[in-house]
Amino acid sequence: MQKYSFWSLLRRSLSAHRGWKPAFTDASLKPHYEVVIIGGGGHGLATAYYLAKRYGARSVAVLERAWIGSGNSGRNTQVTRSNYFYPESCAFYDHSLKLYESLGRELNFNVMLSQRGVLGLAHSEHELEMVRRWANAIVMNGIDAVMLTREEIRRRVPIINLDTHYPIVGGFIQERGGISRHDAVVWSYARGASALGVDIVQNCEVHDFLRSGDRITGVETSQGRVRAEHVVLSVAGHSSVLAARAGLALPITTMALQAMVTEPVKPVLDTVVVSPTIHAYVSQSDRGEIVMGAGADGYTSYAQRGGIPQLRATIAAVVELFPCFSRLRLMRQWAGAVDITPDTSPIMGLTPLTGLYINCGFGTGGYKAIPAGGETMAYTIANGKPHPLIKPFSLERFARGALIDEGAAAGVAH
Amino acid sequence: MLRIQCPYCGLRDESEFTFGGQAHIVRPPPECSDIEWAQYLYVRENSKGRQEERWCHTFGCARWFNVTRDTQTHIIQPVSGADEPSSVPDTRAGEYCA
Repeated sequence: MQKYSFWSLLRRSLSAHRGWKPAFTDASLKPHYEVVIIGGGGHGLATAYYLAKRYGARSVAVLERAWIGSGNSGRNTQVTRSNYFYPESCAFYDHSLKLYESLGRELNFNVMLSQRGVLGLAHSEHELEMVRRWANAIVMNGIDAVMLTREEIRRRVPIINLDTHYPIVGGFIQERGGISRHDAVVWSYARGASALGVDIVQNCEVHDFLRSGDRITGVETSQGRVRAEHVVLSVAGHSSVLAARAGLALPITTMALQAMVTEPVKPVLDTVVVSPTIHAYVSQSDRGEIVMGAGADGYTSYAQRGGIPQLRATIAAVVELFPCFSRLRLMRQWAGAVDITPDTSPIMGLTPLTGLYINCGFGTGGYKAIPAGGETMAYTIANGKPHPLIKPFSLERFARGALIDEGAAAGVAH
Repeated sequence: MLRIQCPYCGLRDESEFTFGGQAHIVRPPPECSDIEWAQYLYVRENSKGRQEERWCHTFGCARWFNVTRDTQTHIIQPVSGADEPSSVPDTRAGEYCA
């Protein structure tokens, strides 16, 4: 693997940037692996990387039906934060944020993490009370959260319109939250995993599982049959479709979650602004685009395109908060198929089938969980038992009634 | 924008309706197992393709009815009243479930 540094950049620039090698190897499929990971998104690639790095796994393949990062890993709004409500979620997502904080050094790749703060707005006194309760819960869980007054919000975000139809009365900020570059996260994990001998196989769609009794022994793919001791399902919105092939019914509804960007402008917004009430989710990318995340379309969808009602609602909310954005042109709009669980918390760990592991149900918030998702799944496969951080997120929590209802607790889709 | 044919009011925009999930779910008897109860509460048909769903014309007649819709193309088949029986079998039940 070529090491990236200021000197390597300078040296290559003298030779007009010729001689850079591909960051990862486009591998061809072998008939047998120790671990097969289905899904070449952030979670799948991170799982492969940590398996190879921490547990010395030498026979790992990541099977991606299109190209790596073509699914939700490249369709999200790049926000990383850990301002959850329940202790289980806070512990998991803050661990993820901590891994993000050192990811650039770990992978020798600039993931452009910018901890510019994630600001949540309250539009009424009652909502402010709930926001205070939420912020207190975050602080009690050992994570940073600071309440802001109307004036402090005005100073922090000068272009915001505080006198919306439901005026902003306050809010709270997690300063360690922010954005990073999602493509860089995918590429860096792919590069790291590939350098440690992981086979990243693209254009390889998994159609079915090979079974021997209650044991999964491999997968049937568009490029042929592969045997494996461990198979990991890491396919987000398509989890139900693949799990059904193994006879596993999951409590997941797949929905279309859309996002959009405007034409690029000079820096005007240096924090991430979230309004759960009017559903605005806005930040400005390093390229200068205003990035907006919408709510999920309210019905099952595998279409990977968003509906017009959500698009209109999002733009209306953002323009109300930031009237100066009203004349920007919308440049692109897209959607991803997200896997929503009844409690909007992920499903991770072992399954009733030996040799089959699951990592899904992140719904609208999988991007921020990539490093911790990969690390804890690698632990789970290497040790044959769930990592302590993901134990509460097991599939059997639904039958036990031990739900971690983040959606209800924080009042915003995570 | 989906356009849904309400059996009582006619063709209307998606924004007048509320999605109610899978149609024809049968409540299990009280003596069922925890797994069966969890399946009844949480596990829903999540097909990539055609599925039968309940929709409510919330901002219209406020009545429930059933719709067969393709989750990839969003093409809607003829709708039916909420009390009419299903035309397709429930494929949710796997050998294992939550």
